Amino acid sequence: MNASAGRLSLWLLLTPFLLWIVLLVLVPHLQMLRVSFQVRESWDTLAWGLEQYQNFFTESYYWRTFVRTGVMSLFTTFLTLLIAFPIAWYIARLARGRAKGLLFLACLVPFWASELVRTYGWMILLRESGLFSSWLQALGWADGPVEMLYNDVAVIIGLVYNGLLFMVVPLVTTLDGMDENLVEAGYDLGGSHLTVLREVVVPWAMPGIVSGCIVVFMLTLGSYLTPILMGGKDSAWFTGQIFTQFITRFNWEQGAALGVLLLVLSSLIVWLGLKLSGQSLRKVMG
Amino acid sequence: MIRSVPRSRWFDGLYLAYLAAFFVYLALPLTVTAVFAFNDAPFPSLPWKGFTLDWYLADGSGGRTGLFHDDTLLSALWVSTKIAFWVTVVSVTLGCANAVLFERLEFRGKEFLYLLMLLPLVIPGVILGVSILVFYSGMANDASRLWGVELDVFRPGMTLVVMGQVTFIATLATLVIAARLRKFDRQLEEAALNLGATPVVAWFTVTLPWLMPSIFGAAAMAFLMSFENFNTTVMLTGSDTPLTVALFNRLREGSTPVLNAVALLLMVGSALLAVMALGRSRDSA
Repeated sequence: MNASAGRLSLWLLLTPFLLWIVLLVLVPHLQMLRVSFQVRESWDTLAWGLEQYQNFFTESYYWRTFVRTGVMSLFTTFLTLLIAFPIAWYIARLARGRAKGLLFLACLVPFWASELVRTYGWMILLRESGLFSSWLQALGWADGPVEMLYNDVAVIIGLVYNGLLFMVVPLVTTLDGMDENLVEAGYDLGGSHLTVLREVVVPWAMPGIVSGCIVVFMLTLGSYLTPILMGGKDSAWFTGQIFTQFITRFNWEQGAALGVLLLVLSSLIVWLGLKLSGQSLRKVMG
Repeated sequence: MIRSVPRSRWFDGLYLAYLAAFFVYLALPLTVTAVFAFNDAPFPSLPWKGFTLDWYLADGSGGRTGLFHDDTLLSALWVSTKIAFWVTVVSVTLGCANAVLFERLEFRGKEFLYLLMLLPLVIPGVILGVSILVFYSGMANDASRLWGVELDVFRPGMTLVVMGQVTFIATLATLVIAARLRKFDRQLEEAALNLGATPVVAWFTVTLPWLMPSIFGAAAMAFLMSFENFNTTVMLTGSDTPLTVALFNRLREGSTPVLNAVALLLMVGSALLAVMALGRSRDSA
């Protein structure tokens, strides 16, 4: 290929990429940032100002929900990692042949159903007229209907359920490539289970752990259906407030400011996670 | 902890029990949803009143309207299908172009552009929807107010939903296709060129067939993710409601077994699509 043909193909391929990134990602986000600094004075006049951000810090309802959402998302991510790790270990290292493929597939199956369907399934199980309640009564362990839905535990159960696949897959992928001799060497050198896990297995699996945690954290922080449908009256979720501003109040300026704050929070935590674990975005996502 | 290291029996037993509990946890909500699509009672809960197909077939005469006679849900299903079709076409095309761009060409700023390409994965879906709404719908409002020009494509509706979903689905399609292109033996392409093929002919007869399994995989994934998306979609949808949003609205009114019927249909549809994609990629692997 000569130089001009090379240039031509570069531009031919670069154009759709740039159109996509610029028109669908960069420009809309910059506009959202701009709108968040606007204050509506009347229906058609706007002024610059920090009012939307002031509202966030002065109204405790906003920032309390913000902190709550962040903390619960981190907790969910950690819990998902704890639950998924032994499963991933079994699939990657202990299961053989057909069992390995089948178990892996079994982890994928629930995610062919949408988040709405999964949440609905949990609602049928947990609510007052639900299955768990009926079973408890049938076993004689409860006298009347038991409400297990609409509380934080229910929300966490649903969120962990939604995140599992995105934790199991990267973990299995990294653990699959591990050399078992490393683990044996760890034991031969006198390491206990815990030492080997901490010094050999976890460092090796780090890219998978980080990539799983980032995806699960993002999904949890940005989820709407699970916390809204399974949470109680006073268990607000930050995305819920963004939806309220846009859909029920038509207050785009406030909604944009809340959106920017959510984006800052998620970027900050993802960046911190990458820094603390010494990984790069390219390595864990690409 | 590995096969060659001896473990105690109670540890093994505990581990297996944990595995079993995990898979029960995975399967339970979906199984329950599927089963109650056939319960002959107006509310999806115990006791079991017997098997019925009413929640699919009833035509409304007996006080029950099954899925196949529910016009709202059926038209929502059709809207979702159209959206998913366009999202798939655009995302997979973009994914192919991006894969070649990042795997084959060298240019300045490549590393930076690659990071930009990954960016949509670390932005919550709600924000993707909100930003597109603010920019495009805001633009339509301004154009109408200032110049009296109606840019109806940029009002909330199917076009915006497709744009919003493409934003992140294109990244996923790129990653899937690029991973396969990376494993391609470039000597095959060079052989085609040596034998007199033009670069375009070589691409279509040698490289593209190699990429086909990943293109099918990416297409199936794009279709499913589009069909199931809620967070980005709900911000951008107009009067023609897609299925997830319609289901959500129904669910807020209260649950009926028709919702279970739709859920089961979706699960079966997704499973078929996934099995087809898996089968195709296995045939040619």
